[in-house]
Amino acid sequence: MSHRADFPLLVRQPTLRYLDSAATAQKPAIVLDAVREFYETSYANPHRGAYALSGRATECYHDARSRVARFFGLRDAACLIFTRGTTESLNLVATAWGTHNIQRGDEIVVTRLEHHANFVPWQQLALARGAAFRIVELTPDGQVDLDHLRRVVTSRTKVVAVAHVSNALGTITPLAEIASVARAVGALVVVDGAQSAPHMAVDVDTLDIDFYAFSGHKMGAPTGIGGLIGRRAILETMSPYQMGGDMIELVGDDRTSWNVLPHKFEAGTPNVGGAVGLAAAAGYLTSIGMAEVRRHEQALTAVATERLASIPGVHVYGPDAAHRSGVVSFTVDGIHAHDLATILDQDGVCIRAGHHCAQPLLRRLGVGATARASFFVYNDRTDVDALVAGVRSAQALFHGAAA
Amino acid sequence: MGELRELYQSIILDHNRAPRNYGALPDANGHADGRNPLCGDEVTVWVKMDGERIADVRFVGGGCAISKASASLMTIAVKGKTATEVGTLADHFQAVVTGQVAAPAHTDPTLGRLATLSGVSQFPIRVKCATLAWHALRAAINSAPGTSAPGTSAPGTSAPLGAPPGQ
Ligand SMILES: Cc1ncc(COP(=O)(O)O)c(C=O)c1O
Repeated sequence: MSHRADFPLLVRQPTLRYLDSAATAQKPAIVLDAVREFYETSYANPHRGAYALSGRATECYHDARSRVARFFGLRDAACLIFTRGTTESLNLVATAWGTHNIQRGDEIVVTRLEHHANFVPWQQLALARGAAFRIVELTPDGQVDLDHLRRVVTSRTKVVAVAHVSNALGTITPLAEIASVARAVGALVVVDGAQSAPHMAVDVDTLDIDFYAFSGHKMGAPTGIGGLIGRRAILETMSPYQMGGDMIELVGDDRTSWNVLPHKFEAGTPNVGGAVGLAAAAGYLTSIGMAEVRRHEQALTAVATERLASIPGVHVYGPDAAHRSGVVSFTVDGIHAHDLATILDQDGVCIRAGHHCAQPLLRRLGVGATARASFFVYNDRTDVDALVAGVRSAQALFHGAAA
Repeated sequence: MGELRELYQSIILDHNRAPRNYGALPDANGHADGRNPLCGDEVTVWVKMDGERIADVRFVGGGCAISKASASLMTIAVKGKTATEVGTLADHFQAVVTGQVAAPAHTDPTLGRLATLSGVSQFPIRVKCATLAWHALRAAINSAPGTSAPGTSAPGTSAPLGAPPGQ
């Protein structure tokens, strides 16, 4: 069942077919209400004011952290650091952990699937530290080639950075297998969870990983909030990422000591309103049930891939629906993805066209751009119908084929 | 479908399928790349300048129909023109596709067939596709020894290293 009625933007624009949730998700009313309620009843600078209102804001912030931690199955909520999102979280790890732990001759391993946010920081860290940067290739259907991973990971490997779900192909990666290969050589496992957090149950305490990064805006929360979940033992040895207010314990003229987790990594006035919205988004997804979210999206994905692939001239990339999140990446012979997106947009169908911030992957696929439709809880079969009809009418426009 | 048909006229679809002046120009004395990092459109434009005049021009590029057809139509339009004339034409073209100059562009004598791209003005997010090759052309002319096309190259276009600075 679709939950379109919960999303004011989609209610106000009933003909809109929003198929770009992998880029960002629309916001349920419950999130917008929670943010508004917070600003109208409890807003002040947390941690700082010696008055009740500031205390309330502080409480809201802490409460948001506990609720988001619970959503991810994290018992030790202090190991959840609020950030601006996945990009900042991954840069935090690559900078605060990487610069102190990567030496000349070490190896950093990523996969061919990675979003630039989980690729460029590691590539640049490797360049700066004189480390080797290795890319694990994919099987023909766009899954991580585990045999290649086993060959690439060596005793010199210090970190394996991998997406839980690919934003470009939808591939769900086998985290348990990847983590066990990394563990065997003592390498850190850093997971880009931008595309798994909104779409499947994630229980970080049962995953044998060291870091998990995610973005709230893809889960229905406002922009500008997300998080990094890290292993306490590692976070405690790490130096701060940014310096300023809130992250200190004692500032002397010559030296400074750091605040405890998570504050050590949260310099400056935090995004409390964002955190409140993120907690509400997590609550909203929990109320539907992550298993149900996954089931709903998987069903739509199966229908969409099958119907698109059956159109002559259409090529769908990536694995079968069982190994794929709600992302369908495809090309149409003779029609550039960009033109396709413009044509679909005329019918109110919003898809993404381009390289999806995954240029190393698209280069390997041998395409400059793909069209990408992605699903969330508010989509239903009529969206797939509109997508398929739009592709056919684009073909009619470009090739004069019968629509 | 009306605005779409206006955007994707048969001339544009034809130039997309069979772009003219496509391929490298071996005896070029200027060239530049244009890149639109947002959508991945890429174009390289070569010019052979004979003094102030474009003796020959060719391009290579993968991208959407608008960028490809625009580059193709551009090469036809500018061959034989002086750098100054190209600068004026590029400004006029830019004004039309951004909607600053209201169409009846179809009967615009200075644009000729370039006017078929005026439909882009209804699709603001596609303007960059139509102007990419023009920015690269200006940079290519500027990179040729002793010539420059008035106007500015957009960010994302780059002349080869060692080229004399444009104005
Ligand atoms: C897989 C993946 N990683 C990282 C990111 C970056 O997320 P953000 O832009 O929210 O920091 C995205 C989203 O664009 C993504 O899909």
